Amino acid sequence: MSAGAILAGVLAPHPPHLVYADNPPQNEPYAECGWEELRWGYERLRKSIASRGVPDVLIVHSPHWRTNSGHHFLGVDHFAGLSVDPVFPNLFRFHYDLEVDVELAQAIHDEAAAAGLQTKMMTNPSFRVDYGTITACHLVRPEWDIPIVCISASRAYYLFSNEVGDAQMIALGQATARAVADSGKNAVLLASNSLSHRHFTVEPSLPEDMSKEHVYHHGQYLWDMRLLELMRQGKSREIVDILPDYTEQTVSETKEGSLSWLLGALDFPTYPAEVHAYGSVIGTGNAIVEWNPQHG
Amino acid sequence: MADPTLIPNGYVLPGQPHPLLAPDANPGYAALRAAYEEVGRRIRASGAELLLIYSTGWPSVIGHQIQALERPEWVHVDQEWHELGEIPYTFRMDAEFAHAYRRAATSRGLHARTVSYHGFPIDTGTVTALKLINPDNALKACVVSCNMYADRGETLVLGKAARDAIEALGRRTVPIGITALSNRYHTEPVPFADDRIQSQKDDDWNRKLLEFLGEGRLEDVSQLAREFALQANGDSKLKALWWLAALMGQTNNYRGDVLAYRPVYGTGAAVVELTPGASSALDKEFDEEDVEVYGGDRNVLTGHDGPPGGSASVAPAPPAAPQSPPLTGRAPRETRPIRRDAPFTEAIRVAARDGAPAPVGAYPHARRVGDFLYLSGVGPRQAGTDAIPGGPVRDADGEALNYDVAAQTRAALANVRTVLEAAGSSMERVIDVTSFLIDMDRDFSAYNQVYAEVFGAIQPTRTTLAIQALPTPIAIEFKVVALTGDAAAS
Repeated sequence: MSAGAILAGVLAPHPPHLVYADNPPQNEPYAECGWEELRWGYERLRKSIASRGVPDVLIVHSPHWRTNSGHHFLGVDHFAGLSVDPVFPNLFRFHYDLEVDVELAQAIHDEAAAAGLQTKMMTNPSFRVDYGTITACHLVRPEWDIPIVCISASRAYYLFSNEVGDAQMIALGQATARAVADSGKNAVLLASNSLSHRHFTVEPSLPEDMSKEHVYHHGQYLWDMRLLELMRQGKSREIVDILPDYTEQTVSETKEGSLSWLLGALDFPTYPAEVHAYGSVIGTGNAIVEWNPQHG
Repeated sequence: MADPTLIPNGYVLPGQPHPLLAPDANPGYAALRAAYEEVGRRIRASGAELLLIYSTGWPSVIGHQIQALERPEWVHVDQEWHELGEIPYTFRMDAEFAHAYRRAATSRGLHARTVSYHGFPIDTGTVTALKLINPDNALKACVVSCNMYADRGETLVLGKAARDAIEALGRRTVPIGITALSNRYHTEPVPFADDRIQSQKDDDWNRKLLEFLGEGRLEDVSQLAREFALQANGDSKLKALWWLAALMGQTNNYRGDVLAYRPVYGTGAAVVELTPGASSALDKEFDEEDVEVYGGDRNVLTGHDGPPGGSASVAPAPPAAPQSPPLTGRAPRETRPIRRDAPFTEAIRVAARDGAPAPVGAYPHARRVGDFLYLSGVGPRQAGTDAIPGGPVRDADGEALNYDVAAQTRAALANVRTVLEAAGSSMERVIDVTSFLIDMDRDFSAYNQVYAEVFGAIQPTRTTLAIQALPTPIAIEFKVVALTGDAAAS
């Protein structure tokens, strides 16, 4: 068996607004349009990944599967059901049907446990898959024709400090990379974090009214640009250095650890990342960013 | 304090599923379960008609959401404790109350909506509580979300809005705040049988908080919440206690009963009853803000420095959209501070880029005199463009046009807010309003309705006059007097 590889590492945010605006048949609400820059960014990402072949698996680290008792992994082959976003139920009521690569999930679980991390396989077939996972996977692979591995966002260490939380996630990412290499599979890794995460305190009556959309304020925008510029320059170590501050100043979803996990899995890339899009969703900053290890 | 015939008592309950799904795994879980069940018996004996729940397990990010689906049904599996099994449920929700609560919240300036969708994921804390204290669904329930970003003021207003709705409908209601106390989990695997509070420090803080609650000192706990959250990683900043205190009445005059306090995977889980009554503790003097109406501003710009090491400075939020500017809940605007050495009186002019329409004569937007602020007449014209939301009342030839006075009223009041905030005041500090209408018969009703949405909860004095015309083709103008700086409006 040849060694597995990470085909791409992606910062893949999960605003349900993007699925809503895409109007897939699985989603109940209907939109006129909206958030095209980000949706077209996902299109560019899909083309970029497709140019290198079809991955065997998507591995997603999802902030909306929140756990505190360690890192959990979906451990059932198949899930189908209705996902209703508890925050934006008016936008996202999605009928999902997905396959899980339990073998790889178990392998990452075991690698992480061997590294001293607290882990748990989720084997309850009645479990409802979180909307963040569904959104990120749908936007990257709307065909739903390849299995996923889903890892929860364990927050226990972030309750002490961002630094120790990030260190845990980097270790989890390194365990993920080892398991992928041993699996012989080609994987796309999805870190499903938004960037700056201040939301508006009201929303327009028509959610897709783009005349109301902008980054919450200029300070948040500056922080996002600072982070993206480091990504574009391949300065991953610098990102890790400023991430605790960034998270604090922008109340960023990076506090859920997905970006740290990804940078750890990619072994802190020194090659430039491709920013496919940046845009706001109800004031939050979101970027679709791809690291291609073949450039490393 | 709230009317005890309408709110006989209130409760603090924890949010983990262990007492429901694994009571035998630890004696503490069984003790918590027994406490839940005792709460259920007491509530039934109280003659309550409604269980009103604020749950930290249901986060929201834009305003607050209120469950309004009358019979939600699902098979729930907890995101964290999935190995403990499924919780099938059918609940009875009070949709009428949910809508009344939304209206009350909106009238206090909050952004709120009801949700009514099959399959909506009701949170574990709510499911656990309803299964244990209301197993036969004898009582209807209503659940409101916990806004992740809401501060104390916003949450107090949410609690007061709940009381408004309870009083409006005359529902005998038991409010329940579902929250952990200290909220740090074990970072190493710990068998349920060996569960303990994550640290001695967290345990100490929990016991201090429960000592206060046991003495019925609800308001003291509400004011202690920020410090507790800082020291013990209180669950969602302990917002549930802010909500509960505002709803029940911000005093220490309760009888407290701590029915149980046990660890659940490192977190502090307590069951507490609060009953209105005399207390041996004196009311603590307020040392934090008490808010009646939410102004839509969480002051997130205050003290923000931008990226370190750069030349970034804080820029204000982009200007509001030109049509139908919102009256409440806008993006934050920095309020101009009043300097301590400011002259006794000064003219205040507001730039168009800051959202104020230019004057049409030789006068400032406002004049401050001491702590008072007098605004020049404010109409609906938009800054920079002079466009009139709702349309002008006449065309260039003087021919009468159909116009929307409600839209004009909203726009004019938004301009009032802009000038007030630029001058160091706010809508909440308005004390007197004079309204000028060019057509009282046609326009009074619509104007009056929009006015009530904005000033209904603030209650400045008001005079409404019919006049022949205004200088520009508008139908309405306001003359406003407000207080500035630290001076309170009431």
